[in-house]
Amino acid sequence: MKYKSQKVAYMFFALSMVLLVLQIVYGFIMGFAHAGFDGLHEFIPFNTATATHKNLLVVWLLSGFMGAAYYIIPEESQNELVSVKLALLQFWSLAIVAVVAVIGFHFNWWEGRKFLEIPRPLDYLVVVNVLLFLGIILVTLFKGKQRTTTALVLAMGLFFAALLYLPGMIDFNNQSVDSFFRWWVVHLWVEGVWELIMGGILAYLLIKLTGVDRELIEKWLYVIVGLTFLSGILGTGHHYYYMGAPEYWLMIGGIFSALEPLAFLGMALFALAMYRKGEKNHPNKIALYWTLGTAIMSFAGAGLLGIAHTIPSVNLYTHGTLVTAMHGHLAFWGAYGMMVLAIIVYAMPNLTGRKLYDRPGAHYAFWLSNIGMIGMTTAFAAAGVAQVYLERKVGMSFMDAQKAIEVHFWVLIGAAILFTIGILFFVSNFFKHGMPTDEALEANS
Amino acid sequence: MLSKNQARLFFLGGTVLFFLIFLFLSANTLSSGIPEKTHSENITEEVTNGKQLFDENNCMGCHTILGEGAYYAPELTKVIDRRGEGFVKAVLTSKTPWTLSGRKMVAYGFSDKEANDLIAFFKWIGKMDLNGFPPKPDLKKE
Repeated sequence: MKYKSQKVAYMFFALSMVLLVLQIVYGFIMGFAHAGFDGLHEFIPFNTATATHKNLLVVWLLSGFMGAAYYIIPEESQNELVSVKLALLQFWSLAIVAVVAVIGFHFNWWEGRKFLEIPRPLDYLVVVNVLLFLGIILVTLFKGKQRTTTALVLAMGLFFAALLYLPGMIDFNNQSVDSFFRWWVVHLWVEGVWELIMGGILAYLLIKLTGVDRELIEKWLYVIVGLTFLSGILGTGHHYYYMGAPEYWLMIGGIFSALEPLAFLGMALFALAMYRKGEKNHPNKIALYWTLGTAIMSFAGAGLLGIAHTIPSVNLYTHGTLVTAMHGHLAFWGAYGMMVLAIIVYAMPNLTGRKLYDRPGAHYAFWLSNIGMIGMTTAFAAAGVAQVYLERKVGMSFMDAQKAIEVHFWVLIGAAILFTIGILFFVSNFFKHGMPTDEALEANS
Repeated sequence: MLSKNQARLFFLGGTVLFFLIFLFLSANTLSSGIPEKTHSENITEEVTNGKQLFDENNCMGCHTILGEGAYYAPELTKVIDRRGEGFVKAVLTSKTPWTLSGRKMVAYGFSDKEANDLIAFFKWIGKMDLNGFPPKPDLKKE
């Protein structure tokens, strides 16, 4: 059964697409600046570019999650969204806050706190916006005919993601306390509650694409999100090693960070096992590529490259270097970027009735963006390891070391071009679907 | 074989247990750990003003401090030890983009007072006990 109110998801997905492209533009500005070409410095200095790049990432992912929730919750709860008008109001307010924030970054209007640069007055609007979103989702869910584990895990993830935004809005005059709570938001998002959202979307897609029994998929969903919190909550400790917090975090953070890849490994093995068990031959193969892809790439990026530098004795040297950028790029892409693209690829043919999944462009999008991102990660790794060696081991000055590793940024830019071509194929395919229609949803039901 | 109910119990039980441990450790860190390690009694009005300027201008958008931030400009935790007050003040008050080391820094043109506040902030940061960070370059030829 399909629900007409699912159409509202399209708006959020379209916003995701636009912001993703814009995020890439700012990525190039930073890549060129690192390679020695900062011609835009006067208009877009590096700190503006990085704040824009990171916040666009957060907003396009959140917009994707919201779209996913508006698409999935009606189906899972067997109930139309309680108010499409309010959902549209929530959409436009989200878009406006995002645009105003990005413009503000170009006029020195921000907070200097990585990932949470949105200035305080806009933070309050974000809170109102997210409350409205949660209200629509939760009321729809609890008035619905059924409450599936998948829907509950997804809703729980969204609820706690909203709650955890709040510690980032308190002012402290101690830099270390500030940082302590900033990680409550950033770490407990990406290595905690966002994984609930990811797990919920993944379970939904696996149920639809493989045809494996829901009970089995949802049982393992509990185990995986259980592992996530078991390792991820105390794993926050790896951000507390060297910023003014007590030494016991080295041991606690070290042990639980070492367990963090297990949750991602579990997710990858789970997705692959369900795929092999599945007997349903769903025609939307490319959605299955993205679904299995996200499970595997998140293990590589978030799991393996995470533990590559969260061991305390390694992190002493890599803390605050490009090694972090290496992990950050593949982790965000693998775990969250690909997940959002997976649900979009799955939902679009159902919403619009245009089955574009066999087009070569859909496959180019998958392969080019992934190969490009692996290339970018490798370039960051080479640059980061060289930086650590030259600066932290040999004692070269920051800028001398930066000059020595400049060449890796040309490799980065090359790989980023491949990635961008892939994303442009994806976005063009997205808009070729056209607008969602009631007829398409009915035909699918 | 594991049932769905057992799986749910594992998820809810584990999450609550580890979250409580986390809250307990956080309370300890905030009440005694961080204040001792960072010498919070030395946070003067100048330091607070300096931190505010540091935030308002998103200095972390290029630099790292306590190893956190972007990776475009030098780590500032020990900047006063490394460069001395005079140099730092010259950078902060410069009316043209600072380019001595090859990359441009935004010309903030801070006033004398603002520069002193930022320097007070850096000095306070520089005296923290950071569990050995930043590490000594052990392969450096003396």
